[in-house]
Formats: sequence, C-alpha cells, structure tokens
Amino acid sequence: MKTENQKAWFFVLPVLILVAFNAIIPMMTVVNYSVQETFGDNLFFWEGLTWFEQILRSDRFHAALGRQFFFTFMILIIEIPLGIAIALSMPRKGFWVPVCLVLMALPMLIPWNVVGAMWNIFALPDIGLLGYFLNHVLGINYDMTQDPVAAWVTIITMDVWHWTSLVVLLAYAGLVSIPDAYYQAAKIDGASNWSVFRFIQLPKMKSVLTIAILLRFMDSFNIYTEPFVLTGGGPGNSTTLLSIDLVKIALGQFDLGPAAAMSLIYFAITLFVSWLFYTIMTKDDLN
Amino acid sequence: MQKRSIVPILYIFFLMLPIYWLVAMSFKTTNEILSGFSLFPQTFTLEAYVTIFTDPSWYWGYINSIIYVSLNTLISIAVALPAAYAFSRYRFLGDKQLFFWLLTNRMAPAAVFALPFFQLYSAVGLFDTHLAVALAHCLFNIPLAVWILEGFMGGVPKELDETAYVDGYSFPRFFLTIFIPTIKAGVGVAAFFCFMFSWVELLLAKTLTAVAAKPIAATMTKTASSAGYELGLLAAAGTLTIIPGAIVIYFVRNYIAKGFAMGRV
Repeated sequence: MKTENQKAWFFVLPVLILVAFNAIIPMMTVVNYSVQETFGDNLFFWEGLTWFEQILRSDRFHAALGRQFFFTFMILIIEIPLGIAIALSMPRKGFWVPVCLVLMALPMLIPWNVVGAMWNIFALPDIGLLGYFLNHVLGINYDMTQDPVAAWVTIITMDVWHWTSLVVLLAYAGLVSIPDAYYQAAKIDGASNWSVFRFIQLPKMKSVLTIAILLRFMDSFNIYTEPFVLTGGGPGNSTTLLSIDLVKIALGQFDLGPAAAMSLIYFAITLFVSWLFYTIMTKDDLN
Repeated sequence: MQKRSIVPILYIFFLMLPIYWLVAMSFKTTNEILSGFSLFPQTFTLEAYVTIFTDPSWYWGYINSIIYVSLNTLISIAVALPAAYAFSRYRFLGDKQLFFWLLTNRMAPAAVFALPFFQLYSAVGLFDTHLAVALAHCLFNIPLAVWILEGFMGGVPKELDETAYVDGYSFPRFFLTIFIPTIKAGVGVAAFFCFMFSWVELLLAKTLTAVAAKPIAATMTKTASSAGYELGLLAAAGTLTIIPGAIVIYFVRNYIAKGFAMGRV
C-alpha cells in the first residue's frame, strides 16, 4: 500500500514547474488571443466570444473537422485490427523476435517531415517506385497531386506504414505477458483458435490496446507535418485536415483571433473524445 | 508456425519499400532521377553525401538536432525520476488529478502551440538556442517519461526501500546507488522514448530556431521547396536522419515491448 506523504510534492515540483511553464503560459496566450481582435502593432480590441461563434458556424471549419474525423476513423479501423493480426502471428521467442521488433519500429524513428518527403518521392507518378508501379505495371491512373481519391489513399497508406508498428508492439507486449499455462488449459478444453483469441488473448491485451487506441486517436487527430509535406492539403482543399487549416489561418493569413478560438475548440474536442474512449474502455474495470 | 510467419514478413517488406526507395535515390545522380524510372542506381554516386558532409549548413543541422535531443532526454529523465518515485510510492493531495493533467499535455496539437511558444521563448531570451527546443519538447516528453518510469517502479517491491532505510541509507544515497540501478531497464526505455519523440518532432523545433540551433529536419526544407532539382540531396539527408534512431533502437531492442506494456491506464 502507498503511504500518505504530502512531502512527495517536492519530488513532483520540478516536473510541475517545467510542464506548467510550457503548457499554461502558451495556453493563456491562446485564450488571450481568442477573445481579441488585432490589426498589428500590438493593438488589441476586446471581441468577446465573436470568434468562437464565427468558427463554430463556418463551413470551412465543419469541412476540415469532417475530413479530420474521417481520417482518424480510417486510421483506427485499419491500424488497430491490422496491428493485432500482425502481433498474433509474430514468433514469441528466439532469434527473430528482436529482428522483427527493430525493423518494425524503424518507421516510428524517422522525423515526420522526412516521412512526408519519403512518401512524396515514393509516390511520384513516373519516377517513384509506387507511382511507377501503379501507373505502368498495373495500369491504374495514379497521380496524387491531381486526384483527391489518390491523395487520400496515399495519406492513409502513409500513416498505416508509419504507425501500425506502435499497435503491433503494444499488442505484442500484451501477448507475451500471457503465461503458457493458459494456452495449455485451452488446449485441454479443446478450444478453437477463435475462442483462444476471444477469451484469453483479447482480454489480456485490453489494457495495452486501450493505450494503443488512445495514443493513435490523439496523434492521428493532431497530425500535421506528414500530410502537410506529402500533399500540402491538396489537391484543392481535399486533404486539408484540421491542423493544416489551423496553421493556414494562424500563420498564412495571420488571423490570430479566429486561429486561437479554433485551437481551443480543437483542443476541447480532442480532450472530450479521449475522455470518452477512456471512460468506455475502462468501464468494466470499475464494476 | 511457418505459414503464420508470412504475415510479419509481408508487413516488414511493406515497411522497407519506401525506405529502400529513399536510400536508392540518395545514390543516384540528379540526371538519372529525372530521366526516368530505375529500380537500382545505374551510376552509383556519393555526391549527395559529400555535399552534406562538407557543407557546414548541412552537417550542423545534424549536430544541432543531436544536441537538443540529448539535452531534452537528460532533462526529462532527471526530473521525471523523482516525480515517478513520488507517484509510485506515496499518496498525496491531488496526485491523481496531477497525473491526468500531465497526460493531457500530450493531447494538445503542436500546431496550436507554435506561435505562443515562439513568443514565450523570445520573451525569456532563449529563442534560437538548443535549450529552448529541449525545454519545449519537455511538454510531451516529461509526462511520457513519468508514465513509463512509474510503471517500472511499481514493479519494484517496497521492501527494497524499507530495508535500505533500516540499513541506515539516506534517501539520496538509496535513490542513486540502489533504486536507479534496479530500474535501469526502465530508465533506458524512458530515455529511448524521449529521444524518439524529440528526434521526430519538427514543428516546434523549427519555430523556436532560426540559424544557430536549426535542426536538420528544417535544413531539409530548403531542398523540399525546389524538390524537382535536388531530390538526391533530399534523399541522402533523409537517409542520414534514420541512422541515429536505428542505433538507439538497437540498444533497447529487448526492452521495447516491455516498455510499451508498462504504466497504468
């Protein structure tokens, strides 16, 4: 059991100071912008909640939010089952385990803009490996700078390439923690592969899968660099996700007020959905 | 067993394809890249690598990145260790709320913070220093380090602490000479994740630097803007950014899976 000790606060203090410095001051700056209008020269005028109203009613915001939800939904629906399937078919011990793990983790260690640039080169219609293969070997007309569908497929494939390994590693960590005795018991009972998965493996992976789904949700919902480098939000606005749109407004048009209001709405949505996922997935533990 | 292993093999093949293409392209001449498709470099050249290793604006990008990433890893681990100890051993006022608040910092989109961060670090006079980037990355790395370390520390029985105190160890001596060596695998895993997330992040690093501490990833954007002409150079620079991560991951290969499974949710 843990003992009650208020002096433990002193241990947490450095963390608190450093994170608060980075989190609270910039957050207050954003809140400050979100209720004011500026015409430059550091002149600010009180605007109240005008920007929030404007953002919440704007079609542009709704469209970007819709694209963002679609993207995140596709990512979760593909990466989570795929990651589990790969983890299930991985060897449990022996020489190949570290080899698999190192190779699989490699995409996650590549800087995000390099990931975007790499996929850009990979997908170039005539000189990229993927582009060439699709256009000249399979005869599919593929050009992601022209065709929104191709751009979407490329962005989603890129993210699957980049982050499925995270799900694999987490699910695998859950799997190796299952004692052999469980499998032997299942074998004696004559359980099918499916019931082994459903009643032994899945419940044991539950806590790590909760982490996987939460992390994948947060990171895919906040994704910026990779799609920005890959497609720049195009063709047209077809792949302009929420954060790309936000940066366009904040730095491209320098509309600080609306951008700040949008940031706060964005943050609130992320928090709310994360909380929702967390509550639903840990509900059974509380009962 | 044999039939099953086809799935990981196919998956790893898929993962390696874009990486292969990047590496292959870095050894091609610009002419060859633009003239058409070739699966292997026809005229093998190291030109792009020579450019990177002889031009200070290129190789300083790597040095800058490595400096702030190392600095960030050091700071994150140093402050996360005592905090994780407090979370794993003691109950105190607001501990659960504090823990959750720390985790929420991972949810804030970096795009939201870019501009305020620029103003904050300009105001305190740290703009364009390695320390600025290292401190800014603490926002998402410290919570993660606390989370992972707390998980590892929870696996160490409390009797270890009590025995040490009975033997007359002071807290700092116990913590540094007994406790930290006990969880050194956890420290390794936490350091790996700090290194990884600081290394791959670009938006904040780019916003907080101009010349003196410019990261390699930002240096690369100068070729990206003229993509058609210097693809080979871009590919070579990209290839070189994979190497530090690959080295680090090799050292922690036996602990990665465990590190992920740790921590409470």
